[in-house]
Amino acid sequence: MISPVAPAVGSRVVRPPGELVIEIEGVTKLYKMGAEIIHALRGISLQIRRNEYLAVMGPSGSGKSTLMNMLGCLDTPTAGRYDFTGKNVAHMIDDELAEIRNREIGFVFQTFNLLPRSDALHNVELPLIYAGVPPHVRHERAMQALANVGLGDRVHHRPNELSGGQRQRVAIARALVNHPSILLADEPTGNLDSKTGVEIMALFEQLYEEGHTIIVVTHEEDIARHARRVVRLRDGLIESDGPVD
Amino acid sequence: MTRIVYEFTESLRIAFAQIRANKLRSVLTALGVIIGIVAVTLMGTAINGIDIGFQNSLAMLGEDVLYVQKWPWHNVDDWWNYQNRPPFRVEMADALNRIIDTTPNSLLAVAVPVAGRGGSVKAGENSVSGVSIIGTTADYSRIVTAEVATGRLFNEIESTAGRPVCVLGSSVADSLFPGRPALDQTVQIRGQNLLVIGVLAKQGDFLGIQSFDNQMLLPLNALRKSFGSRIGIELRVKAKDKTKLAAATEELIGAMRRVRGQLPGERDNFSVNQQEVFKAQLDPIKSVIAIAGLFITGLALFVGAIGIMNITFVSVKERTKEIGTRKALGARRRTILLQFLIEAVSICLIGGAAGLAITYATCLAIQHAMPALPVEFSVALILISMVVSIATGIVSGFAPAWGASRLDPVVALRYE
Ligand SMILES: Nc1ncnc2c1ncn2[C@@H]1O[C@H](COP(=O)(O)OP(=O)(O)O)[C@@H](O)[C@H]1O
Ligand SMILES: [Mg+2]
Repeated sequence: MISPVAPAVGSRVVRPPGELVIEIEGVTKLYKMGAEIIHALRGISLQIRRNEYLAVMGPSGSGKSTLMNMLGCLDTPTAGRYDFTGKNVAHMIDDELAEIRNREIGFVFQTFNLLPRSDALHNVELPLIYAGVPPHVRHERAMQALANVGLGDRVHHRPNELSGGQRQRVAIARALVNHPSILLADEPTGNLDSKTGVEIMALFEQLYEEGHTIIVVTHEEDIARHARRVVRLRDGLIESDGPVD
Repeated sequence: MTRIVYEFTESLRIAFAQIRANKLRSVLTALGVIIGIVAVTLMGTAINGIDIGFQNSLAMLGEDVLYVQKWPWHNVDDWWNYQNRPPFRVEMADALNRIIDTTPNSLLAVAVPVAGRGGSVKAGENSVSGVSIIGTTADYSRIVTAEVATGRLFNEIESTAGRPVCVLGSSVADSLFPGRPALDQTVQIRGQNLLVIGVLAKQGDFLGIQSFDNQMLLPLNALRKSFGSRIGIELRVKAKDKTKLAAATEELIGAMRRVRGQLPGERDNFSVNQQEVFKAQLDPIKSVIAIAGLFITGLALFVGAIGIMNITFVSVKERTKEIGTRKALGARRRTILLQFLIEAVSICLIGGAAGLAITYATCLAIQHAMPALPVEFSVALILISMVVSIATGIVSGFAPAWGASRLDPVVALRYE
């Protein structure tokens, strides 16, 4: 669903929003820590459309990761409604959620989360293995995904033979290899120096322009400015939601 | 469906990478399984060997031979009843043979009278005691598969005349005539001189089942000259087809009753025995081996299983974050379950293969050192050890693998 026209606002490309991908309403999440109950999310409603580039901002502990895990179907809400591409996922069981994570969602983590003993290629093939893609197709698509993030010449390197920025690129290739509807990144530059962080954000910009839908969690204004829309959280509630600038 | 195949190969790949990365730990864990498999396969080998050795011995003694005797080979209470049965005579063998010859489609081949005594045999200064001295007729060669190494067996004329000739078993010959040929030498039993006309080929002996090596054959009438004409004899009857031994026994009982002139309704005054009973004698030995083997196997596998369970728990703990990552990428519960089960099973299979190799080497060594001992390594053993290894892996790996598959992905991802 790459939009043919990419109208520019200032120097930046803004793609017209497509159909609804994520729709949550009144979502809460409670964690029990012994006798104590933590309200990580207190009632959040949000709509995200295809072709959006969204930043989720907020101070540490405001519920960004909790919201992200929920959107990524890693977790289910305590209460509230969650429709993902029209399907109600709030009450799905584990294996159904795994299916959605595999086909519809690409995760990028702050700590990269690559398998240390596998080379870049095998790391990128992993989601395809779980999708049941045959080996030769898998190989081809993983190679392509690595080439897209500029690592075509590093496919047989293991994570410890790669720099931080390269590792995060492998993780991004892995997130995109199964053509997900949405790319979720939780503090993707949190473990990188600022120069490498800028490079990774440039890659996100490129991916956005190529037609991907992206949600980035960050607590840095500099990073959030790359997005087209910013949702600010505070104490488990949405403080503001609007376009960048 | 193909997906599970890819997940399976992926799991195998992870398992072996994991084992390679933790070689020492894996080997130590597999030790219990190695010992268990060695125990179970050695046990199997030993029992196998006993059976094969037994079959060989049976073939030597003639497993298709029926023994007509006063006593049955199983225990009896009323010993006197059997003791008072009329004795057997050489003429009964002749009478039996006439009946056999005139019966159409008889299942029996030939009846031979045999008298046996334990005794000592002398030759000059040398003497061997505990020799089974067997008096019989020339027909004896028809009921056993005795191979003559040098010389010959006695013939019918020598047999009937009771000529003082004898055939020695190989170890009797070796003891009496160390380093020189026994043929044409003279030996004595109870002061009677006998000419050695033949020596039997060496057969080896097996778990105390007597073989020909410790025997001496001579004409029955010659034996009587030494041991008296009242020496008890038995009849040995060869069946034509060893698979129809039961029918042959029936026929033999009928023929014997005619020979003995028994009236209908009268109880048999003889017993027909067959080698089968010997087999039961080996069962206690086999049972002891099986019990000891299973005990060691069970203990070793139990210890091994606990070790593998423990190491799988450690592996799950160490890789909690990896489990979270895999779940985030779409791994389902069964994928994770499979992954850790395969890891546990792989360690067990490697242990099992090592155990098999040790057993195989042991078998070769035993065959080399003691050729008489029949040790037999079989395909069944390979299958058994594979099955045992896989079962051990599944049993010990299941709890940790199940736990891993149920991990909450968010909790697993937050794990440091
Ligand atoms: N699995 C959990 N168990 C208990 N408390 C949790 C868990 N996950 C998050 N929390 C709590 O929920 C709140 C929000 O956490 P999080 O979403 O990680 O915030 P952020 O990502 O914005 O820093 C925090 O107080 C955190 O301690
Ligand atoms: Mg966070």
